[in-house]
Amino acid sequence: MKIKDIVEILQGELISGEELADKEVLTACASDMMSDVLAFVKEQSVLITGLCNPQVIRTAEMMEMCCIVFVRGKRPDQMMIDAAKAKGIALIAAPHRMFLSCGLLFEKGLKAEF
Amino acid sequence: MDCVSLRYDVSGSNFAAAGSATEDVRKHLKMLGVKGEDIRRIAIAMYEAEINMVIHAGGGVAEVVIYVDKIVVKLIDQGKGIADIEQAMQPGFSTASEEIRQLGFGAGMGLPNMKKYTDEFLVESEVGKGTTVTMAVYFG
Repeated sequence: MKIKDIVEILQGELISGEELADKEVLTACASDMMSDVLAFVKEQSVLITGLCNPQVIRTAEMMEMCCIVFVRGKRPDQMMIDAAKAKGIALIAAPHRMFLSCGLLFEKGLKAEF
Repeated sequence: MDCVSLRYDVSGSNFAAAGSATEDVRKHLKMLGVKGEDIRRIAIAMYEAEINMVIHAGGGVAEVVIYVDKIVVKLIDQGKGIADIEQAMQPGFSTASEEIRQLGFGAGMGLPNMKKYTDEFLVESEVGKGTTVTMAVYFG
């Protein structure tokens, strides 16, 4: 799955990282708690979260993730957008709630490691 | 390669900046060609420790030494200290406020994550005096 496919599947909006639209992503993790995200060292590409603050960008960076999906209509502010651009992380705003967003992406082939 | 010594002041009042010391250490490790998983392990552990210092202890100091075969990170604060370290090590145990939880932290995974991802891990703490966390990751 490509980052641009995530945008389409979730009927979302690519807020930043247009140059990453064709980047291939294989696995994701979803949580509103950043320590839960940090609890798995396996390489993952996409972070799906309803949390919207600068530490989300920082967490994605620590985990070397290349894409963050904000669910429930959350939108990052300019400071977060600038930070994500500097770190090469694509940001997507998606209207659905967490479970539905995850379900739609899983169904289309985005997986998680056991 | 000689060892690289780094020192950071971690501000206790700026939550948005929490993690910037870890970010800098990551850059150094990348430049030195350290393996991705090793970088991730120390980055996760140090980031959690840095966040802890900001939310629980009002900031502190991070001292980092990068050797040929390992990295040693020491985080020193003069915060309120940890009364029961064994309890604090239990996954899910947290004393963080609701406000901190709303920021995405305080899940009670900080110390367990640090221990899980490092090869050496030591917490020394005295109530009312502060806490020192020392961690090492060997490059594999």
